[in-house]
Amino acid sequence: MKIHKLILIASLAASPTLRAVQAQDGLDPASILKPLANTWPTYSGDYTGRRYSTLTQVNRDTVKNLTLAWIARMTAGQANTRGGAGRTIIGGEGTGEFGAGGGATIKGAVLQVGDILYVTAPDNVWALDARDGHELWHYYWKTRGGTHTGNRGAGLWHNYLFFETPDDYMVSLDASTGQERWHIEISDFDQQYFSTMAPIIVGDHVLVGTGNDLDAPGFLQSYDPETGKLQWKFYTVPMNPGDPGLETWPNLDAARHGGGQVWVPGAYDPETHLYIFGTGNPTPGYTGVGRPGDNLFTCSLVAVNVDTGKMAWYFQTSVHDTHDWDSTQTPVLIDGTINGRPRKLVSTAARNGYFYTLDRVTGEHIVTSKYGSTTNWAKGLRTSGVVEPDAGKEATIPGSLVSPIEGGVTNWPPPAYSPDTGLFYVQEHNGFNLLYLTDPDPRGSMGLGGKAVANLGSAGDFLTAIDYKTGDVVWRHQFTGGGGGGLLTTAGGVLFSGDGSGNFAAYDTTNGKPLWHSRIGNISNAPQTYTVDGRQYVLVAVGDTLYAFMMY
Amino acid sequence: MRLRINMAAGAIIFLMWIAAQSAVQAPPQGGARGGRGGNLSATFPAQQRPPGDPDLIARGNTLYGINCRACHGVDLRGGDQGGPNLLRSQLVLNDQEGELILPVVRDGLRNPGMAPMPAIGLASDDVRAIADYIHSVVATSRGQGAPPPGPPVVLNVLVGDAGAGQAYFSSKCAGCHSADGDLKGIGARISNPTQLQNAWVGGNTGGGRGGRGGGANTVSVTVTLPSGEKIEGGLGRIDDFIVILTMADGSSRSFRRERDVPKVEIHDPRDAHRKLLPAYTDKDIHDVTAYLVTLK
Repeated sequence: MKIHKLILIASLAASPTLRAVQAQDGLDPASILKPLANTWPTYSGDYTGRRYSTLTQVNRDTVKNLTLAWIARMTAGQANTRGGAGRTIIGGEGTGEFGAGGGATIKGAVLQVGDILYVTAPDNVWALDARDGHELWHYYWKTRGGTHTGNRGAGLWHNYLFFETPDDYMVSLDASTGQERWHIEISDFDQQYFSTMAPIIVGDHVLVGTGNDLDAPGFLQSYDPETGKLQWKFYTVPMNPGDPGLETWPNLDAARHGGGQVWVPGAYDPETHLYIFGTGNPTPGYTGVGRPGDNLFTCSLVAVNVDTGKMAWYFQTSVHDTHDWDSTQTPVLIDGTINGRPRKLVSTAARNGYFYTLDRVTGEHIVTSKYGSTTNWAKGLRTSGVVEPDAGKEATIPGSLVSPIEGGVTNWPPPAYSPDTGLFYVQEHNGFNLLYLTDPDPRGSMGLGGKAVANLGSAGDFLTAIDYKTGDVVWRHQFTGGGGGGLLTTAGGVLFSGDGSGNFAAYDTTNGKPLWHSRIGNISNAPQTYTVDGRQYVLVAVGDTLYAFMMY
Repeated sequence: MRLRINMAAGAIIFLMWIAAQSAVQAPPQGGARGGRGGNLSATFPAQQRPPGDPDLIARGNTLYGINCRACHGVDLRGGDQGGPNLLRSQLVLNDQEGELILPVVRDGLRNPGMAPMPAIGLASDDVRAIADYIHSVVATSRGQGAPPPGPPVVLNVLVGDAGAGQAYFSSKCAGCHSADGDLKGIGARISNPTQLQNAWVGGNTGGGRGGRGGGANTVSVTVTLPSGEKIEGGLGRIDDFIVILTMADGSSRSFRRERDVPKVEIHDPRDAHRKLLPAYTDKDIHDVTAYLVTLK
């Protein structure tokens, strides 16, 4: 490993011209500003979070002809068993012994630029040829440990690839070769942070979040893509006396251990330079007794100026959460009409079962509605549109009956929005838990401790279409065998997702009726679409395997 | 023991924990659910640390009790006098062998907005012993940030009114269940009140009059073909595209589904329970549990 680094450094030193040229090649960040069509260059395809592709080869009429083009199974870890031209490049600061082990699970976005796909799983990145899925290179990071729950994907700036590791590094690779450029520590591993987010590239900013379950403060950071130098760091909870939001915590110690992690990529509005993202739950998660108050800026939509790292506005989608329902769901930017007036909007379907539409320039509240059919934890709305929690639905010693379950009505698998229908699509998962308080200590517990849960089963899973103007549910398509997976919609009038029975399916955007399916297994990320050689592909992952469908 | 039963009509995966000491978290449904969960690999440095010298830790424990416990608590999770929780302290988590803890103990700590810590005159090897003790406790913290187990706490789930529970039972449950029939002795069969409550709210006590086929709670399905032929069986699986039946002889039959053809009717004995879930108040639940525990 050390020898390899020396060679890398030597080669960089010897070829400064080559490096400068490489930096100008690849993906121009300005191209991410274009409407989503032939390429998929960032987590949500573009900055809007809509996951709406303008491609139309695959449409309501033709989707029945969608054909499997290739499958590719990823092999994680040090060994490279795929043969061919593929080669494994090894990096890392650890021994690898505390890694996830076993097979890879693809739980994030695959980047597609030109004829190359970039695929990630914790500690692993692969470059594949988009024509047949064969491996070009594989990078394996020998970890120090940490929670290996998932990796949401990579970010690309010109020819530099960026991804986060569970042991809290951001690693930058040469996108052509997979050779490591550098790695930097983005959060403190000793403090039990672990990192899963897909870096989001905005101009010359690499935006990265990180995560933690042990009562630590959340933050978003911006790095220079060339040097890895920190540009700014934005904490999602008050860290110092006088910080905004401190009045919503009992004291500074509670705020500084208050959570609000930044797990999932947000959306970006180039007109206002605002990066809008959701923050995680307050901590301790289930025992709020030690943190009375609204607990800003946890469980909030937050808009931060990418040039300064300063917050422009916030809106709290769960005040004083006590159910681990983080609000990190990717928000969706909508250019819509409210009361006859064109508005720049942002909508989110939160894990807690509520849907919100705001003005994305000012943060002004426009809509709050309940989309989780059985959601029962609230007792009304404040005049600000904020949902007032019912303290009786916190964990109690004799048990409280709570809907949704811990995973929420939705989770990180992303929603979609079609400007053609004006509908916001989300997978809606309803269920009940009996939630018991097992640690009644007046100081509260720590992390996600102090509770026990009995799951009483599903109360219905749906593919749900919401009118962003009113928050009303326009239609629901029931998954008779359960749901699961993220969404993709297109100008062809189709909505791709998965169900809990292992079907990958296309649905009609106007009514949710199934149009096509293939039983490839439960999808583990959100479907994506792009063109290669002029043909439209639809790509989705099931565990360690990618399935690429195409239209002849 | 984890009993897994497939059901239908909008509620397929139904998990009940019957013999677990306490209820546990359900695994995410479907491949893509769950934000983080799964802490099987939660191997942070605090858990990777090799065990320290037991004698040093024991001495540290004693010194902690004398010098630290009043403020930081017997369990290190903070005390009445304002000392912060050490198990989640960033300084403690970053400390390796007392090098960060020593200056704080020696010089005290004043952070704006925080209660000041006084300087405590201790020899540096005593502080090292305390640090090792603290690290030995931190190492026993559990996944997802949960604290060490601590001494058992007796929790009384039985806060309900048995009389009110009996009245509720007569009004809402007696159509299918009876205290002298299927639920006779339920309070003895499931002696742990939490497990009893989880079981009845989830409709998993067995019995009732809704069940068809052999075992209790079997979900059955009737498929009516365009020809009018009806096929009945147990429900294997159903989604938008297929329905799979388990036939009486143990064989399996499947039918392709195209929208509403063929007609599929699902008979799930738990439907009645599922419809009640949004209607229960927590008081209803606690009252009925208090009543059911009396059915010995």
